[in-house]
Amino acid sequence: MSNKDAYWNKTKNHMIVTLVLWAFFSLVIFMFGSELNTMSFLGYPLAYYMTAQGSLLAFVIILFWTANKQEKIDEEHGFSEREDD
Amino acid sequence: MFKGDFIQNLPKIYGTYTGGFVVFIILMAIAEQAGVSAKNIGVMFVAFTVLIYALIGYLSRTIQVDAYYVAGRQVPTVFNGMATAADWMSGASFVALAGGVYYGGYTYMAFLVGWTGGYVLVATLMAPYLRKFGCYTVPDFIGTRYGGNLVRACSVFVLFIASFTYVTAQINATGTIASRALGIPFEAGVWVGLISILICSMLGGMRAVTWTQVAQYIVLIVAYLIPVFWISSKVGGGVFPHLMLGDEVARLGELEQQFGLVKNSAADMKAAGVPGGLKYISGTHSGVPEGGMAVWKYLSLAICMMVGTASLPHILMRYFTTPSVRAARKSVAWSLFFIFLLYSSAPMLATLSKLALMDPNLPTGIIGKSISEVQSIEWVQRWSEVKQVFIADFNGDGILQLNEWFMRGDVVVLATPEVAGLPFVISGLVFAGGMAAAMSTADGLVLAISNALSHDIYFKIIDPKADTRKRLLVARVLLVIIGAAGAYIASFRLTSILGSVAWAFDFAMSGLFFPLVLGVWWKRATREGAIAGIVTGILSGLFYLLWVYPKFSVPIFGGVNEPFLGIDHLRFGLIGAPICLVVMVVVSLMTKEPSPTTQKMVDDLRIPTGKPILGKQ
Repeated sequence: MSNKDAYWNKTKNHMIVTLVLWAFFSLVIFMFGSELNTMSFLGYPLAYYMTAQGSLLAFVIILFWTANKQEKIDEEHGFSEREDD
Repeated sequence: MFKGDFIQNLPKIYGTYTGGFVVFIILMAIAEQAGVSAKNIGVMFVAFTVLIYALIGYLSRTIQVDAYYVAGRQVPTVFNGMATAADWMSGASFVALAGGVYYGGYTYMAFLVGWTGGYVLVATLMAPYLRKFGCYTVPDFIGTRYGGNLVRACSVFVLFIASFTYVTAQINATGTIASRALGIPFEAGVWVGLISILICSMLGGMRAVTWTQVAQYIVLIVAYLIPVFWISSKVGGGVFPHLMLGDEVARLGELEQQFGLVKNSAADMKAAGVPGGLKYISGTHSGVPEGGMAVWKYLSLAICMMVGTASLPHILMRYFTTPSVRAARKSVAWSLFFIFLLYSSAPMLATLSKLALMDPNLPTGIIGKSISEVQSIEWVQRWSEVKQVFIADFNGDGILQLNEWFMRGDVVVLATPEVAGLPFVISGLVFAGGMAAAMSTADGLVLAISNALSHDIYFKIIDPKADTRKRLLVARVLLVIIGAAGAYIASFRLTSILGSVAWAFDFAMSGLFFPLVLGVWWKRATREGAIAGIVTGILSGLFYLLWVYPKFSVPIFGGVNEPFLGIDHLRFGLIGAPICLVVMVVVSLMTKEPSPTTQKMVDDLRIPTGKPILGKQ
């Protein structure tokens, strides 16, 4: 397998992991909204907290994590760009 | 050259700008103490900020194609994040989001999740690859990847429908805010708004829009957060509301029990003469509605908004302006961070605003008080005059019940500072913030449309030999025409007929999402597949909208149609996008696989290094 193919396989897997996390915070937890709302976090009902703030924060964290991880994959395969940003 | 210096000096320039804005706020506060009228303070806020944007727009003027279309591809990560956040957060987000949460509670907040979660799709599926591609516009990518003028024209068509639906609503919002702040009629406000928008974008294209959007983000975020924090400490919500409103949310639950959530009948409301667009609280603040259909309603709305976000051209094109592919990825993360600052504050503002009005233990509480007493409050009088709030004593007991208090959603943002007893300077600041939010989004949209028409239709299809001067002239003329058309339609106030901004998301997702994603992730996707997918996707979505939305279905189909599986007019992308996907895959497999050149192109766009597919055009 060429370096390019190996790189693309890793990138694809990384994409899938990211989208699984995304689906968890955007869809899965809200399938159980009424159950989650009986629990509490910071004094908020949990489902209310997640839709008002928690999932939003999770997306921000996922995005920084995924960008850093992808940069590592770039470096491993020698596709890293020069420091220009 | 000046520009290199300019980029290096950005933190200093915008730092000074922010400082200057804070000094301006302080000066206005002093002016208020010295007896300058509330109205004049509002005028000065809007006029001062719009003049600054115009100045930035003028200074960013350019005669280079690269600068006009993609800001010379040198916008640093964090600044592009701010610009995207301003591009993204519309006048509607600014003034209506908190009101939506105020009335809609948990169910409405599917919008919050949708409008943020979509950025994960942007970052993983699209932005870095489109940046590597080196295109000027979104149809530029589709036209080059699939090859041919027809597929390019089809994607311009989808872009036009989606963005134009959105832009009329934005110009409408600019007009509303300009008219309220400057005290001029709405129709005049629309044209004032349009001129401000054009000054920011016409001379410098994407470069000018980028630097004004950064300035507008700073104004809008300051204008949103200062009131939230101030009101919170004023009504006892704590210094950091985002982490400290648990008790207040619980308290709202108690108050809902105490006052009772009553549904008014339509006949009662009509008899009492409640003005259109005003609402009352009839649902719980933090409760989750029971049942499978409620869950599906939430999820389907979130899906439409997320997928739509990842297909909206005015957002995707912001990531064409970064210096590198990795900068594009990081920039998406920064964008969402800056958006998060406002979006996570909207539910807090809704909570505080509700509590301020409902809690009888607070001096601001009005529910449960005598109606004559409430009617004598100054802010109630002021907002009643313009039909933004209304009281109807249904049971005739002279006491204001929860279901007897009507208010427009926008009032939550615009009037809560007054309700909580903050000085007027804060209300002036909120006006400036709303104006910044509406202008920045309108700028991005008008530019997205006119760039697609000038680059993809004029330059790529009609006159490929046109020189730079002519291309930029056409681009600017189209910008003015699109803006004027948007303002003209907005001046009829047709928004209730034109419907919701959610439609823009559904249109974009119906026609653009899968052609963009498969263009990167599936080498086998062919030109014929893309054309068939785009056309069937957008047309089936459009047809379903006409079928399901009563204002269209009654004249066209002679009756009201029950939504299929709960897919109503806000969610019609769930019809268009799957059809687009299936048709595109089937037709692609039936046609000859793309040429080796095209396959090589896809291979190249998948790796960050190396030359862009399209260089300077």
